[in-house]
Amino acid sequence: MTTLTVERGVSRAAATRAEPAPIPLTRIIGVELRKMFDTRSGFWLMTSIGITALLATSAVILFAPDSALTFDTFAAAIGVPMTIILPIIAILSVTSEWSQRSALTTFTLVPHRGRVMWAKAICAVGVGVFSILVAFSIGALGNVVGTAITGTELIWDLSFENLLYITLANVLGLMMGFMLGVLARNSAGAIVGYFVYSLVLPVIFNLLAAFQDWFRDVQGWVDFNFSSSQLFDGALTGTEWAHLGVSGLIWLIAPLTVGVWLVLRSEVK
Amino acid sequence: MITIESLTKRYGRFAAVDDVTFTASPGRVTGFLGPNGAGKSTTMRVMVGLTPPTAGEVTINGRQYADLPNPGFEVGVLLDASAQHAGRTGREILTIAQRTMGLPKLRVEEMLDRVSLTENEAGRRVRIYSLGMRQRLGIATALIGEPQVLILDEPANGLDPAGIRWMRDLLRSYADQGGTVLLSSHLLHEIEVIADDLVLIGNGRIVAKGTKAELLQAAGTVVRSAAPATLSASLEAAGIANTMTPDGSVRTTADPQRVGQVALAAGVALTELRSADGAGLEEMFLELTAESQREGAAA
Repeated sequence: MTTLTVERGVSRAAATRAEPAPIPLTRIIGVELRKMFDTRSGFWLMTSIGITALLATSAVILFAPDSALTFDTFAAAIGVPMTIILPIIAILSVTSEWSQRSALTTFTLVPHRGRVMWAKAICAVGVGVFSILVAFSIGALGNVVGTAITGTELIWDLSFENLLYITLANVLGLMMGFMLGVLARNSAGAIVGYFVYSLVLPVIFNLLAAFQDWFRDVQGWVDFNFSSSQLFDGALTGTEWAHLGVSGLIWLIAPLTVGVWLVLRSEVK
Repeated sequence: MITIESLTKRYGRFAAVDDVTFTASPGRVTGFLGPNGAGKSTTMRVMVGLTPPTAGEVTINGRQYADLPNPGFEVGVLLDASAQHAGRTGREILTIAQRTMGLPKLRVEEMLDRVSLTENEAGRRVRIYSLGMRQRLGIATALIGEPQVLILDEPANGLDPAGIRWMRDLLRSYADQGGTVLLSSHLLHEIEVIADDLVLIGNGRIVAKGTKAELLQAAGTVVRSAAPATLSASLEAAGIANTMTPDGSVRTTADPQRVGQVALAAGVALTELRSADGAGLEEMFLELTAESQREGAAA
C-alpha cells in the first residue's frame, strides 16, 4: 500500500512537470564556441592568430625589399602561421574532450554525439573563417602602413576571388585537422598526424612526382595537399576542381566519415 | 525510476556485465554494491548511453536515455569526478552545464552555494581541486537541472567525514521528496547507512538484491553466551544449523526470537542476542563476491 501511494505521488509530480524542450543545435554551438575560449590554453591559442599575424606583418615591413611590399606578400607571410594554428585549433576542440575526459559530461548532457560533432565542426570552421578575415585585415593594414613608411606605391595584387580561394584552402586545412582529431581522439597523435600530412607527405609525393611519370599524371587526383595548394595560385580549372573533389574525398571525407562513425559508437570512459 | 533489464556487456569473451536486471524506485535510495571491477561503473555508463550494451535495455522513467529531450533535466549523472577539464574553473564547468540545459544563469551560483564551494574556490581551475572538491563540483553539475533521477558512481570518494555526512543528508532528502537515487560503492558501511534497497554485484552478475531490511534479516543472528558450546549443541538439537566463531559468539541464519526460545528452553544464559546486521551483511558480501575479490574470501 505504502509503495503504491508513493509511486502514485511521484508519477503525478512527473506528469505535472512540463516535458523539457529538446536542446537546439544553436545552443550546442554556443556552448562549444565558449569551450574553445574558456581555458588559458584555448584563449592564448586563439589570441596567437592575431599575434602571429601582427608579427608576420611587422616582419614584412621591416625585412622585405620595398618593391615586395604588396598585399600578396603580406597575405603570404600571414598565411604560414595560419596553416599551422587553425588545424591545431580544430584538433584540440575535438581531442580535449577525450584527453581531459570532459566527454563524459558533454555526451551525458547531449547524448546525440553527432550533434555535438556538428557543433564542433561548425565552430571550428566559423572560428577559422573569422580568423582569416582578421588576418587579412591585419595584412591590409600592414600594406597601407608599410607602403606609407617607405613611400612606395600601394599595391592590391589579390582579388576578392583570390581571398575566397585562400580562405577555402585554409578551411580545408583546418578540416584536415578536425578529421585527424576525430579519428585519433588524442591531441598529440592528431597534431603529429597533421604535421606528417602537411610537411612530410608533400616531400614524398613531390619526389615521387619528380621521378615517376605515372605518379605525376595522377598526383592531382590522389594528393590533397597538392590539389588544395592550387587554391593559393588563383582560379582553378575544371580539372583542378575535380582533382580537389576526388583527393578531398580520399583524404578528408572518407576518413572523417570513419572517424565520426567511431565516435558515435565508441565507449566513452 | 530506473529499469535495467537483462543487461549484458561483453568485451570479447569477457562479460563485464552479465544479465543484470534490477530496478531503482522513486522515493528510495538504491545502493549498488560490489568490489572493484565487479561491473558497477560499466552498468552505470550503459544507463546514460556512454557505453553501448551487448544485450538488454535500460530505461529511465520509461524511456531510453538517448530519447530524453534534455537529459540534464531528468537525470543527474556523476560517473567520475576526475573527468572534468583541468583548465576550466569550477564555475565555468557549471556554466557549461547551465548553458547546455538552457537554465537561468542564477542557477550556477545557487548550486555552488548548495555544494559549499566558496566564491574563491569556484574561481580556481579544477587542476588544483582536491578530489573532495571535484566531487562537490560533480554533484553540483548533476543537481543543476533539478532532475528526478540521480545516478552517482562512488560519490563519497575523497570526501571528508563531514562531506560524507552532507552527501548522505542530501541524497536522503532527495529520495524523501520522491526522487530516484542510485549510488554505487565498494564500501559496504557507506551504503548501508543510506540505502533503502541494495543490489550486490560480483563478477558482472547480481548476487543479491532486495530491501536493506530483507537482506539484513537474511544475514541471520549473532548470539553470545558464557557457555557457547552448550548453546551451539542445543541449537543443533533444535534443528538450527549454526557456527561457532573464534571470538566465542554463535552465528545462525535463524531469527533472534527462535534462537532466544531455544536458549531459554535449554537453560543457557545469554549475554548477547541480536540480528547480525552489518557484520552479517559484510560477511555475505565478502562471501557472495568471493570469486571476484582479489584478496579471496579470507579478506
